[in-house]
Amino acid sequence: MTPDVLTVQGLNVSVRDTQLVSDVDLTVGPGERVGLIGESGSGKSLTALSILGLLPDDVVPSGSVRLTGIDHDLIGADERALSRIRGRDLAMVFQEPMTALNPTMRIGDQIAESMLIHHTQPTRTAARAAAADLLDRVQLPADLLRAYPHQLSGGQRQRIVLAIALANDPALLICDEPTTALDVTVQALVLDLIVQGVLARSSALLFITHDLAVVATVCERVLVMYGGRVVESGPVHEVFTNPRHRYTQGLLAASNLEAAAPASGRTNLQAGTASRPRLTTIPGTVPAAGHFPSGCVFRNRCTHATDLCATTPAWSGTPTTGYACHHPAGASHA
Amino acid sequence: MRRLNPSLVAGGVIVGVIALMALLSFVWTPYDATLVNPSGRLAMPSWEHWFGTDKFGRDVFSQIMVGSRTTLFVGVVAVGVAAVIGVPLGVLAAMTPRWPSELIMRTNDLMLAFPALLLAIMFGAVFGASTLTAMVAIGIASVPSFARVIRSGALQVMRTEYVLAARAAGRKPFPIAARHVLPNVTSLITVQASVSFAIAVLAEAALSFLGYGTPPPTPSWGRMLQESQEFLFSAPRLAVFPGIAIAVAVLGFNLLGDGLRDRFDPKLEDRR
Amino acid sequence: MPESPTPAAAVQVIDVVRDYPRPRTSLLRPAPVVHALRGVSLEVKQGERFGIVGESGCGKSTLLRLIAALDRPTSGQILVEGNEITDLPERRLRFLRENLQLVFQDPMSSLDPRMRVRDIIAEPLVVQGHPASRERVLELLDAVGLSSDAGDRYPHQFSGGQRQRISIARALAPRPRILIADEPVSALDVSVRAQVLNLISDLVDELNLTLIFVSHDLSVVKHVCDRVAVMNAGQIVETGPTGDVYAAPQHPYTQRLVSAIPTLERALSGATTADLLAKGETA
Repeated sequence: MTPDVLTVQGLNVSVRDTQLVSDVDLTVGPGERVGLIGESGSGKSLTALSILGLLPDDVVPSGSVRLTGIDHDLIGADERALSRIRGRDLAMVFQEPMTALNPTMRIGDQIAESMLIHHTQPTRTAARAAAADLLDRVQLPADLLRAYPHQLSGGQRQRIVLAIALANDPALLICDEPTTALDVTVQALVLDLIVQGVLARSSALLFITHDLAVVATVCERVLVMYGGRVVESGPVHEVFTNPRHRYTQGLLAASNLEAAAPASGRTNLQAGTASRPRLTTIPGTVPAAGHFPSGCVFRNRCTHATDLCATTPAWSGTPTTGYACHHPAGASHA
Repeated sequence: MRRLNPSLVAGGVIVGVIALMALLSFVWTPYDATLVNPSGRLAMPSWEHWFGTDKFGRDVFSQIMVGSRTTLFVGVVAVGVAAVIGVPLGVLAAMTPRWPSELIMRTNDLMLAFPALLLAIMFGAVFGASTLTAMVAIGIASVPSFARVIRSGALQVMRTEYVLAARAAGRKPFPIAARHVLPNVTSLITVQASVSFAIAVLAEAALSFLGYGTPPPTPSWGRMLQESQEFLFSAPRLAVFPGIAIAVAVLGFNLLGDGLRDRFDPKLEDRR
Repeated sequence: MPESPTPAAAVQVIDVVRDYPRPRTSLLRPAPVVHALRGVSLEVKQGERFGIVGESGCGKSTLLRLIAALDRPTSGQILVEGNEITDLPERRLRFLRENLQLVFQDPMSSLDPRMRVRDIIAEPLVVQGHPASRERVLELLDAVGLSSDAGDRYPHQFSGGQRQRISIARALAPRPRILIADEPVSALDVSVRAQVLNLISDLVDELNLTLIFVSHDLSVVKHVCDRVAVMNAGQIVETGPTGDVYAAPQHPYTQRLVSAIPTLERALSGATTADLLAKGETA
């Protein structure tokens, strides 16, 4: 078996006395597309930033992050070592396309620069030619090379950011909510370009989002995060059709607008016969970071919680497919 | 959770000490600040006279204490005038449609280009030199910067959805200004006030130095500086003590302003 | 167009155009103009749940503001419950300010951070000169599922979903007949979104409200609304029952929009990102 591209083991992230991410294990195999899904405060973005070494100064990671072909741990590596890796072996696309590009530099120069920094193209001329080619790959016309970022739409900018990220054929591409700020029709194109881009390079993809449908469309394997912990992981089809953790189950039910299509002929609710189907909900709200309960992080919103849930549930299953729940769903009809 | 920031503490302490000194000077000073003592002129600092005496034998420390009253008075009047005119102007400019708003802001720019000290000297020439006229003039000269800062803050508030919701509920412009805009720009007002305060203190010193500020015999740090100039070589300490007092006061108000800004602006707090 | 509309229409929009002047780029040439709305017509019946779907910049927010008389059209007419509001001065819009209320998208900016929740909720009542009784505020808090002590706290002490509940309570305070919701759930977490959608749905039923629900997300609109208008580039390209528009879109833009929406169902039956692009080219 070929070694994994990315191996994260026992990742913890804390700010002062508050633990924000606990015990995250995560692997991404070569050419594999892995989704990391979670709501606000789940720790999904912090996990990505820890891998990239881009956490703010007062936020401290611990544990181990190994990348294939790099002979040292990325946690605790110094900035110079990391900057050699970032943009070459490890590339990223963030949510906000408006601030990701330098407004005073032409598009072509910005794409070319990413290759010149890491000496993946020998000369400026070669880098420019490669930039034109990359622009073509993200389906943008070549005359945009001379344009400035403000002349582009959000979707076009995100495609430029993607072109830069893919410029050096990275071993791993990390996308953090890359299409959340985009319109649906533009999102469709950017998602397709991301998938085509990693497929063409056999790069691995770590895709972070809150959108279940997007993860299901883009990824092969998924990890569900809540309250700074991975609560469930496995192949997309399995996790989304047969969820084991109660949070995954609730999340899937709450986002299922399809099953609850409007019926005709409404009657008054107070009359007691609501014909309009209601959405299944998870009670309560997502706690603020650092205010999740001890033990099982979901137990204060879980309808199945018992006293047992005050202890942290152990991981059941294999490292890549499993869940951490004392009262898993679907035990009978699995 | 919230840590006290150092500039807020330092600024608060400095301004607090000056305020205490001013209050104390009403009931007690080591000597009468205006008492002329021909036999003890230009005395060096000693146990009797901590900061020495000036050319009339007046106790310098007592003058500094009494002078702090002028300084605070100056600040309060100038900032008061600037805020009372500038804040409504800024809010008005933010809430009115294009033309009136443009008119206010261009007039504002015109005033901004007019030197404050020149305005104060003109006021002094017309209404007679006094601390009050000087300060009203400095206050008026500070109006444009107030209006500018408040307008930009008010514009942001006007764009929020809670103002939209208030309009949709039928709130009229004036109550919107009072209920929503003003409370949400108070932090800007505080910051701008402390900066203007520092500028006013400096301006009073400059005007008194030029002879258009506080008339004698009322002690003022600026006047003390002016009177010291003939002894600049023989007794430089006469310039040093009021000079330090002015510098420390200005520093104090600026620090306080910075500190208050950081304290009240959650956006700034997130960035650190 | 008929001068006196049928009494059934809660909101009627007739051929509305809204142009915005852009800042001048030259002293000699006239200022450039943005055409936010290019002749929009629609009718929302009493008690209907009407959805407006479109992507950013399609003019849906402009349309909402015009219906709420927070902005004026360049040309065209808008009638709310049969009353033309297009040229009415603010002082004659009282009926509109009482009967039509809004819920906004951003739970951060839609509540004044310096006001207590009970003052926020009572604001529309105070404005319209009704006694803002403590009981009414508690009643509203209860109606949106917040505890009674919530009134004493400030907006920043609440989560996004709770803030959206406060927004809804404020909108319901003057007992409106028409509720306009502008992307009310697009900033919320998935697990909270369902709660807020259920709440809006229940309140619309209980209070017999007319709902105008604006969203970029056709699947949310499909769940909430009976009828939908699809907007693109300042125009309505398609109107119809939500189920029909979703299942069999007629206009090419709607077809592209529907096919671009990733859904779990499609993904789990093997759809890839390429399938999102299946119909037509992107803009």
